[in-house]
Amino acid sequence: MTATAPTQASPANGRTQLLGKGIGLLVLLIGGVWMLLPLGWMLSASLMPLSEVIKVPPVWFAPTKYTVGNFSEVWFNIGFWRFSLNSAFVALTITTCQLLTSTMAGFAFARYEFPGRTVIFIVILSTLMIPFQVIMIPLFIMMARMGLVNTYWGMIVPAIVTPFGIFLMRQFMLSVPKSLLEAARIDGASEPYIYARIMLPLSKPAIAALTIFTFLAAWDDFLWPLIIINSKQKWTLPIAMSRFTEQYISQTHLQMAGAAVMFLPVLFVFLLMQRNFIEGVAMTGLKG
Amino acid sequence: MKRGVSRLQLREYLWAYTFLGPAFFFLLVLVVFPILFALWISLHDWSLIPRDFPWIGLANYAEVIEDALTRKSLRNTLVYTVGVVPVGMSLALVLALIMNQDRLPLRTALRTVYFIPVITSWVAVSFVWIWMFEPHYGLVNNVLGFFGIEGPKWLASPTWALPAIMLVAIWKGLGFSMVIFLAGLQSIPREFYEAAQIDGASRWARFQNITFPLLNPTIVFITVTGVIGSLQVFTPAVIMTTRQGEAGGPIDSTRVMVYHIYATAFRYNDLGFGAALAFVLFALILVITLIQLRVTQREFEYG
Repeated sequence: MTATAPTQASPANGRTQLLGKGIGLLVLLIGGVWMLLPLGWMLSASLMPLSEVIKVPPVWFAPTKYTVGNFSEVWFNIGFWRFSLNSAFVALTITTCQLLTSTMAGFAFARYEFPGRTVIFIVILSTLMIPFQVIMIPLFIMMARMGLVNTYWGMIVPAIVTPFGIFLMRQFMLSVPKSLLEAARIDGASEPYIYARIMLPLSKPAIAALTIFTFLAAWDDFLWPLIIINSKQKWTLPIAMSRFTEQYISQTHLQMAGAAVMFLPVLFVFLLMQRNFIEGVAMTGLKG
Repeated sequence: MKRGVSRLQLREYLWAYTFLGPAFFFLLVLVVFPILFALWISLHDWSLIPRDFPWIGLANYAEVIEDALTRKSLRNTLVYTVGVVPVGMSLALVLALIMNQDRLPLRTALRTVYFIPVITSWVAVSFVWIWMFEPHYGLVNNVLGFFGIEGPKWLASPTWALPAIMLVAIWKGLGFSMVIFLAGLQSIPREFYEAAQIDGASRWARFQNITFPLLNPTIVFITVTGVIGSLQVFTPAVIMTTRQGEAGGPIDSTRVMVYHIYATAFRYNDLGFGAALAFVLFALILVITLIQLRVTQREFEYG
């Protein structure tokens, strides 16, 4: 708890507090070990030959036996280079589209009074509740009609707009002072200029949060690609992981290398910009 | 009252619709229309093979009630949710309370550590935990064995497979709830605690009368989003069990609603029944969310 020591605190009180903090820290550290242990083991096992991975009791680290052979096997022979490119392309395109549609819609709500403003917002709000599972069956039929089954666009199109994104941007942009936008207009700025050069820079925290959520969701998406994709050429990483292991069922070392290929880029970006990640989560938690 | 619209205003409307246009159009095409279409499909005997789909009214919904596999999937989904959400939330709250202490060493580093599973892909996580739960080589049973406990067969056991997946979900979601709790805790004004302390309120009294009520919005947010997410669990329940034979196994003990919907529609080619099942899930989410909002608002209303 946030108790700052009151002036009349006795030394005994201070000691209990210190003890409490020590125990608390210990709990957090033990929990923290459990947070990292499985992932650390994944990375360690991804570098080990299979013979080390399946030893009992388990080998945690075997630095002398480490090899990048597992990675070159999954990357080149199994084709993870291709699946990674597919995943990156799909996730980046989805993120770009969603940022564009969401910020534009958010801008419209924050900037203008127009007929239908409330009705349209209510429609958007009510779709916020719709689980994807309800629309995935009709979406598949629609994609099939448009010839988008087993294409990249088939993976991308259903995700180019989300009510969550629109809602998040609207809430944030409403908090931007109107006077700033008004001032720009008096200076003769065009509406697209106000959107791109004034509103977007002012909305950076929300944009960062939406970018992170959207990209992670797309990178991790398993259900929709499973439905829409059937050729190996177009597998994304989640599909590749689930499918290649059908043939490599007991090749744990390769599976861990594959999992590491999915994990490491995300971890890297997270460690670089973790403040944005954590603030983004906290922001949606407080505003949502 | 009618009044003329000035040219300036017209220009404004035009810009508004231009900016709103793409999002709203795609929302109509990709969300609103599919909902209505799904309802239509659920009233037909619909399949992936093009033919005439006969109208069967509510027969698909009637089947929901009769079908034993559906009941089992509903049960598993509810067990999963009821297990994961409260346990995960309580643990996250305790950790956040500890972490929120003044001048706690390593706070930022620990927060990062707890957040790493959150950003890790579900698919990668599932594969790692398959091996964590491996009865013979796996770390979990080896650690249990170290304490003299013989661990169960986890994913190979109809009793333990679902709890194993629940443990992973708690593990993965902990950091997320914790960060939101931390934000909630930090938004409580410090003066409240100081005033209570001067009045001689005990730690527990301070928690009960200040922290807990003021944290209510955060608790509501975490339970509501947690329940919505848990009812839609899919990836771990599929990936972690496929190795045991059929996804959702052993003996359907981990068959959850979303997998049931997916399999019904895209593997058994019964799109009509699949759509009906999806609406049942939707109704479940809606009803539970409304109950939660009602209950949490009544219980903690104060001041």
